[in-house]
Amino acid sequence: MENDLLLDIRDLHVVFDVFGGTLKVLDGVDFTVRSGEKVGLVGETGCGKTTTMKAVLRVLPMPPARVTGGEIYFKGRDILQMTSRELGRVRGEGMAMIFQDPTTALNPVFTIGTQLEAAVKYSAAREKRLPRKQIRERAVAALKEVALPDPERLLKNYPFQLSGGMRQRVCIAMAVAGDRKLIIADEPGTSLDVSIQDQILRLLRGLTDKLNTSIVLITHTLGVVRELADRVYVMYAGNMVEVAPTRELFSQPLHPYTVGLMAAVPKLTGGGIADGIPGRIPDYLNPPTGCRFHPRCDRSMPMCTQEKPRFVNMGGDHQVACFLYTQGEEGASRP
Amino acid sequence: MNGDLLTVTDLKKHFIVGHRGIVAREPITVKAVDGVSFAVREGETFGLVGESGSGKSTVAYTVVGMYRPTAGDIAFRGESLYEKGGKRRSDLRKEIQIVFQDPGSSLNPRRTIKDIVGFPLRLYGSDGNLQTRVRELLQMVELPEDYMYKYPQMLGGGEKQMVAIARALATDPSFVILDEPTSALDVSIQAKIINLLLRLQREFNLSYLFITHDLSLMRNVASRVAIMYLGKICEVAEAAEFFRNPYHPYTQMLLSSIPVVSEEEEELKPKRITSRGEIPSPVNVPSGCSFHPRCSQCGDTCSADDPVMVEVEPGHVVRCHKFA
Repeated sequence: MENDLLLDIRDLHVVFDVFGGTLKVLDGVDFTVRSGEKVGLVGETGCGKTTTMKAVLRVLPMPPARVTGGEIYFKGRDILQMTSRELGRVRGEGMAMIFQDPTTALNPVFTIGTQLEAAVKYSAAREKRLPRKQIRERAVAALKEVALPDPERLLKNYPFQLSGGMRQRVCIAMAVAGDRKLIIADEPGTSLDVSIQDQILRLLRGLTDKLNTSIVLITHTLGVVRELADRVYVMYAGNMVEVAPTRELFSQPLHPYTVGLMAAVPKLTGGGIADGIPGRIPDYLNPPTGCRFHPRCDRSMPMCTQEKPRFVNMGGDHQVACFLYTQGEEGASRP
Repeated sequence: MNGDLLTVTDLKKHFIVGHRGIVAREPITVKAVDGVSFAVREGETFGLVGESGSGKSTVAYTVVGMYRPTAGDIAFRGESLYEKGGKRRSDLRKEIQIVFQDPGSSLNPRRTIKDIVGFPLRLYGSDGNLQTRVRELLQMVELPEDYMYKYPQMLGGGEKQMVAIARALATDPSFVILDEPTSALDVSIQAKIINLLLRLQREFNLSYLFITHDLSLMRNVASRVAIMYLGKICEVAEAAEFFRNPYHPYTQMLLSSIPVVSEEEEELKPKRITSRGEIPSPVNVPSGCSFHPRCSQCGDTCSADDPVMVEVEPGHVVRCHKFA
């Protein structure tokens, strides 16, 4: 089971030094991805989703960012301890990131071909020192894989000649071209229309199934993770508050934050919208003590203000970080 | 036309984006809105959905008076908003207000909230004390009084949008255009804003033109829904009917694409229809029915003739050859 873990983040702490203090952004994040698994990561703006994943790729701007604790194991090796040479190899062979906005993710002054071929060149194929012709063949194959028409011509195009949906497909092609083990997709459909988002999600699902790639899907839209993920993490203010298999999370959310979030989503069946969650995400300069959600929680208890809840196993893969479910009252409080 | 507050008749807004040819300079036009007709009833929320580039915002800006229509007419309580000669009537400006999508850029960063909310009051001359009125308006949108002296950057996204709503209500309008008021916000804040808007609607008997690309949200706020594609309306129906019984293939495609959170919702999505293609550039609109290249039920006539609006059921109109 342990060997099965592709990515294993343990108790990660990240702070940002800014003028006037230290923003304590990630406060003990635990996160795992098994090989071949599709993991969703949901949370609202500013909760630390992207920071977590940037820490994995080690692309956080340092300074101001600083990792103050924790480990990130990728295939059993700690990314945080690697030299830049090792890191380059791990990134090339192991991971790729798809960004939210495909317009800024592609360099406007290079052709699609140049960028896609670079992605192939610095991937797992690097060791083999592939000849140019083969690199090009792989690039063409990758574009075919993402269902883009006329790939040969497309390689000569610049990003501005493509539509938003096509650019995102190119970004996905770059991610899958090098047989990477883990794809981190940061809001891949958010800047696109629903009909295009649907196409992109179907494409990602199809490709990851076919290539047996693991994927981390970062999003603030609950519906999107339900479509794609096997297992979902819910994040709030730098903490993971709940993790469960997708089906279970949607049928039986446990953490008060998850419950509130689900209720706030407008439903296609109508019937109005619940009133959302009062207050707003806390100030990271002086985050609330104990559970960071307690000032907004309608079920908070005295102990919530003092102690930080840890993950409690609720059976299966379902874990929740909330004192409502700690031992002793576990049986009684489960709805 | 009893009970219609705002009537839009065959509205067109074309933009000239360039010229082709050297000798015979022929203008290149984008038909952002191309023959749109609808009516918003007193006290209702009329929803306008569509993908980006479908012309929904252009409709909004034309109705509010930021653009002058190329053709067609907009009437408010039966009276045209335009005088002879195409000048917009100034006495009806107070009645029609707008809330923009991004509260970050629609509020002047160098003005206090008091200045921002008070500006329409000074512009249109208000009775009574400005300070008192601003205080009332802030109370209406559930913001604390001391926010008056704050600047927009000191506020969260949801609070900024509340200020924008307060500003829109300052002139005591009867018609408010909401152009994607929550798409820049998180769901938990969206819920709060939407419920606030619905409460204000009941209290002041407001009519809304609600523009969004989020169909699930639309289901929960609108009483009637119109869907736009490339500058034209494809289908109009009562909200419940629109989601239960969509006729137009485009509506069906969009509905089937929505990510949902429960099994019951999954049931409502049209099956066997998967989205394909992308919205074409409005410079080169496809011939005939502009949706035909993406349509799964496209026939021979579709690429040749543009369909007309047909009333399939009372209050449910569709622009598709299948129903002609």
